[in-house]
Amino acid sequence: MTVIATESLSKRFPRVTALDRLSLDIGPGVTGLVGANGAGKSTLIKILLGLSPATEGTAAVLGLDVATSGSAIRERVGYMPEHDCLPPDVSATEFVVHMARMSGLPATAARERTSDTLRHVGLYEERYRPIGGYSTGMKQRVKLAQALVHDPRLVLLDEPTNGLDPVGRDEMLGLIRRIHTDFGISVLVTSHLLGELERTCDHVVVIDGGQLLRSSSTSDFTQTTTTLAVEVTDSDTHTDGTEAVRKALTAAGLTLHAGVEDGLPGAGHILLIEATGEETYDTVRDTVAGLGLGLVRMEQRRHHISEVFQTPAREPVSERAAAWAATAAGAEQKGAGRDGN
Amino acid sequence: MATDSAQTQIHNIGYRNYDGPRLGRAYARRSLFSQSLRGAYGLGRSAKSKVLPMLLFAVMCVPAAIMVAVAVTMKTGQLPVPYTRYAIYLQAVIGLFIAAQAPQTVSRDLRFKTVPLYFSRPIERVDYVLAKFAAMASALFIITGAPLVVLYIGSLLAKLDFADQTKGFAEGLVSVALLSLLFAGLGLVIAALTPRRGFGVAAVIAVLTVSYGAVSAVQAIAFNQGSPGAVQWLGLFSPITLIDGVQTAFLGASSSFPGGHGPGSGTGAVYLLVVLALICGSYAVLMRRYRKVGL
Repeated sequence: MTVIATESLSKRFPRVTALDRLSLDIGPGVTGLVGANGAGKSTLIKILLGLSPATEGTAAVLGLDVATSGSAIRERVGYMPEHDCLPPDVSATEFVVHMARMSGLPATAARERTSDTLRHVGLYEERYRPIGGYSTGMKQRVKLAQALVHDPRLVLLDEPTNGLDPVGRDEMLGLIRRIHTDFGISVLVTSHLLGELERTCDHVVVIDGGQLLRSSSTSDFTQTTTTLAVEVTDSDTHTDGTEAVRKALTAAGLTLHAGVEDGLPGAGHILLIEATGEETYDTVRDTVAGLGLGLVRMEQRRHHISEVFQTPAREPVSERAAAWAATAAGAEQKGAGRDGN
Repeated sequence: MATDSAQTQIHNIGYRNYDGPRLGRAYARRSLFSQSLRGAYGLGRSAKSKVLPMLLFAVMCVPAAIMVAVAVTMKTGQLPVPYTRYAIYLQAVIGLFIAAQAPQTVSRDLRFKTVPLYFSRPIERVDYVLAKFAAMASALFIITGAPLVVLYIGSLLAKLDFADQTKGFAEGLVSVALLSLLFAGLGLVIAALTPRRGFGVAAVIAVLTVSYGAVSAVQAIAFNQGSPGAVQWLGLFSPITLIDGVQTAFLGASSSFPGGHGPGSGTGAVYLLVVLALICGSYAVLMRRYRKVGL
């Protein structure tokens, strides 16, 4: 079954081409949509909601044509915008009840669904207080609740983790996962952090400049790219411990990445090793122990979004995309660092 | 899911799907209308936001009640103010009401960017604009029509001529209905131009009072200079004189123009056309305004 299908979908504005012959086939589950600002994510969402006609090509959501059945689609789809969209002077309950009725739910059902949905997104007593006093995390939950209140079959979430602290982000990602596993609702979630999506999504679609760069299941991404970062101490016998381990590991038949991560503290002392399986961890441990060195850290390095761009699906990567990938990778590193604390 | 139901029962009652009816666009439009209409009187909102509209509503009705009391006790044989004149006398109160409530009705959704949430639902732009327009016009009709009802009931209690009073009452209702549509359209257009509520309030008041002040001043000058023709045409340039002109020409009202020189049927037709054009124009401008704020 296909949830979202587009066929050479194009959207051209007088000066910009927002979508360029985009063909997608997205099934049930949680799908991540990755792209830089201006990659065409918002344009795609607008077209999928039937609010903006495509210049060329066709798109169908839940089997309904966006060009002719916009209203029917919007009845069964939820949308959570990226920006703030909540009036501060009403309570979450009042607001979500109103939005439920706007989706066509009768008054009684709207109230029941609102109280259910707010509980599911984790808002309890505070739901009766005006939204103006909520934290960013609570506001994000209200935004999510208004997208879920009419029990849609698909929700479109635009950057739901924006502005959240690491704990809030983890909770939001967990919630997104539950939307599919517990509620049975398919999810299309956009983000510019691939690392985030990798933990949540079954499938990731990368677009840039309105074109499809890559579409594959999350396990594909992770399997091919597991990298171990290893840092060791020096000792009297091995004054350059890192170099000693590098030689020993190469001798043991492991592949070491030549490139070190520039710009990070202690980057010169970190070895990047390609992990082929469980036994790689043992080999590293034994080798380091055999040399009599201390193992400072051994961690799974999340692969960088830039790798997606190093192996493009069809077209050569634009310079802009590569530059963006570099910054995104940097941001992800920082994010990973915060997570560890 | 069926296999782990035992576990689900322990933790949570779980997620329930909704299989009930989905009532679609027309229902959503009606819901938005009633929510906006209630909102215009502060119902379903904080106690603070009920104060002003309720106060203005009282201010509109109290003079009518006093007039009725006078008519009943003094047995004057007629109401002190004709039905069609009442709204003209209390135009400042109506102006305050539209200035306070039109921004409330449209600016909040713009300012807090709630509009995309509406348009990601079954309703469309036309539904949103129609619901808001109708709600604002109905709110105005209630505040302008209620004192007329008070006057009418009072006149019947005072045993005034039934046919006369009913005709006057009906003419009054038609007049305030036109006034409600016109003021609602102008107020909403002005308010929808800015997401800032304060600006909206000030702009609506400015447009209503400045245009009325300017028109009546120039009319008075023209009257003193002895050109009653100019007086008639000048009335086209402010909302309240427009309504005055229409009801003078077609609803048997006496004009409040200087010297009582209201437009006749010929000029009156122009007045009516301008009023209708303004109402339709407001609707068109609102539709245009919301084309840009989609998602």
